[in-house]
Amino acid sequence: MTNALSPADAAVISRAPARRDIGIKRRYAAERRFRAYGIAALAFGIIFLFLLLSTVVRNGYTAFQQTAIALPVEFTEKLIDPDNKRATDPSVLIAANYTAVARDAIVKALGVDAQNKADVRAANAMLSKSAPIQLRDMVVADPSLIGKTVTVSFLADAQIDSANKGQVDLTVPESNRKVSDRQIGWMQQLSASGAMAKQFNTGLFTSGNSSRPEAAGLGVALVGSLYLMLIVLVLALPIGVAASIYLEEFAPKNRLTDLIEVNINNLAAVPSIVYGLLGLAVFINFAGLPRSAPLVGGLVLTLMTLPTIIIATRAALRAVPPSIRAAALGLGASKMQMVFHHVLPLAMPGILTGTIIGLAHALGETAPLLLIGMVAFVADIPGSPMEPSTALPVQIYMWANEAERAFVERTSGAIIVLLLFLIVMNLGAILLRRRFERRW
Amino acid sequence: MNVLKLSAAALVASVAFAGAASARDQVQVAGSSTVLPYAKIVAESFGETFSQFKTPVVESGGTGAGLKEFCKGVGPETIDVANASRKINEKELEACKAAGVTEIQEVKIGYDGIVFANDNSLGELKLVPSDIYKALAAKVVVDGKLVDNPNKKWSDVNPSLPSVEIAAYIPGEKHGTREVFEQKVLEAGCKETGALDVIKAAVKEKADQTKACVGVRKDGLAVDIDGDYSETLARIGANKNGIGVFGLSFYENNADKLKVATVSGIVPSAATIADGTYPVSRPLFFYVKKAHLGVIAGLKEYVNFFVSDQMIGPDSPLVEYGLVAAPDAEREEIRKSIEDGKTI
Repeated sequence: MTNALSPADAAVISRAPARRDIGIKRRYAAERRFRAYGIAALAFGIIFLFLLLSTVVRNGYTAFQQTAIALPVEFTEKLIDPDNKRATDPSVLIAANYTAVARDAIVKALGVDAQNKADVRAANAMLSKSAPIQLRDMVVADPSLIGKTVTVSFLADAQIDSANKGQVDLTVPESNRKVSDRQIGWMQQLSASGAMAKQFNTGLFTSGNSSRPEAAGLGVALVGSLYLMLIVLVLALPIGVAASIYLEEFAPKNRLTDLIEVNINNLAAVPSIVYGLLGLAVFINFAGLPRSAPLVGGLVLTLMTLPTIIIATRAALRAVPPSIRAAALGLGASKMQMVFHHVLPLAMPGILTGTIIGLAHALGETAPLLLIGMVAFVADIPGSPMEPSTALPVQIYMWANEAERAFVERTSGAIIVLLLFLIVMNLGAILLRRRFERRW
Repeated sequence: MNVLKLSAAALVASVAFAGAASARDQVQVAGSSTVLPYAKIVAESFGETFSQFKTPVVESGGTGAGLKEFCKGVGPETIDVANASRKINEKELEACKAAGVTEIQEVKIGYDGIVFANDNSLGELKLVPSDIYKALAAKVVVDGKLVDNPNKKWSDVNPSLPSVEIAAYIPGEKHGTREVFEQKVLEAGCKETGALDVIKAAVKEKADQTKACVGVRKDGLAVDIDGDYSETLARIGANKNGIGVFGLSFYENNADKLKVATVSGIVPSAATIADGTYPVSRPLFFYVKKAHLGVIAGLKEYVNFFVSDQMIGPDSPLVEYGLVAAPDAEREEIRKSIEDGKTI
């Protein structure tokens, strides 16, 4: 650059030879300003990230704890199996009145007058509506419980749980809230005796969705997202890498390959809902695959992720120095040996990074899943990718639309789980990259 | 690489199997987001009560989208039930017929109230349809002429209302709720304020008259909410002077934050909606393909379970959530029409 002085500049210098003003001050000031802009931009980003994360964590950390009420339950034979038929007809155990068994337990523990219908109702409302089902499953699994008294830990009703976590405004008139003064008294009574306590919410990870907030979990969504990721990985990685290797190393450079390249780049920017429309038309309406199945979701997301992976892989292949290729060919390797023995291993870190970014993108997608029926209420955990399921972002979306207060914390809790899922995936990418990274 | 190859092979195999194993073993439901919470409760209880059947899958997405899926045809790859917050219309029926869905059973499940509610700090509002019309309509009558709505504050509409800027969050056009809001509030208000007579003088077609009546002002004081009620709630949280349109059940679940407005002097509640004195309510439905009954495992049981008193009776979980139960005689009629296999 020093030789590139224009005649005009030379004239300026020659006219004032004593002052060697090369604008040092000005240039330093410009650099300082640029650094300040950079820091401001970074700070701006960090502030918003911090705001987002702090809101999510503040709203969501309580979802990892759940109020439970431990009560001694009498499995009275008179209520469950009055005619003693369970040896011959096990179905009586399924149809028995467990609601009454659970109600008796809470009424007894609170010392409520069993004749006072309103009080019995209010006391029963403290327990989750899942309590009778929980008792039924216990008895069906082990009929010898009948006639015994066992301490069972029940989920508290969502309203009670919210009140116990301080999320309900208890200062408003009693008629405007769902927890009565009576129930607050009972809550204090149960807390004092140690029967009611907050415990780690394992149900959040193991149960399927439920209309009762206290019993709703991410189980289906986690399994569904796992299936989706697996399908996308297994399909998109080999297809994407094969396509890029062919395009980059073997294909002739002509109009056709240029057209393909332009199309791939365009596909990467197509709105994801379009892939959902395509999936509905091709996989469900034409191929007859089942609605709401992670298999269809996985196929749709594969199509969506492919361009990302192809673009990243081609960039990684191009970054391998030509000298390596020339050396391999010079030593007598075939073109295929050159690619698979030398170029591909060196490009691996870049390919993996692109794949993980594509997967992370697919993990957070809801729009294409809407049209293929995966935005749905699913209670049973899917045993295979053919069974109905949802995905993590879908679950967040659905919980965000619920009316009950208790779903607010669960929504944020689910976001935290999704973020953790992403962090684990990204960590995996970094570790893999470190492992494969080579220097020359 | 071997594991990769193996799993790829397994996947291809499972795709190949998919075509063969197309018979579904659970009920598929889609449709209205208003009916969704009720359908979820029923689906969940159904799965718990009938352990031989899987829990039905309930998709959300809106009445229109659900009916569109419903009318795609007959067979296990199509949905069995469409939830709707309004009656199926002629166009949709034609689409159904064209795709071979000829026998459809209509099932009414109960009623839903639509309420106006605002932040606690604003106090209780006493609204009548004519006031709402004057506040939200695109055109109102001033001195016998139709003019662009000049009202900026509620007190401009009616001096007894508070002197705050009008800010109303009403359901967007794709919601079934919007139709009820238009029919029961705007059309009624249009008539009461005399706007209808002025419109009648200017417009001949009856459909165009109604359309002119239900036009909502577009100057930003009435905001269409295309999301769910939780978005409306958030808007009111941000603007304490805002008034939102909610379903009764949503309001009841957030009664500690919201104050409900009376309409024509009636406080909305399950009782006033059931006896018809509260004016803004609508029936909720679901539609079943008759051809799927007895073919899809559990569908018949699901339908019967849904309309049992255990689910939609006066003392049922749906009513506890916010559904307004149909009167006893009407529920009997609903069950009878299912029994008889009546189609529309």
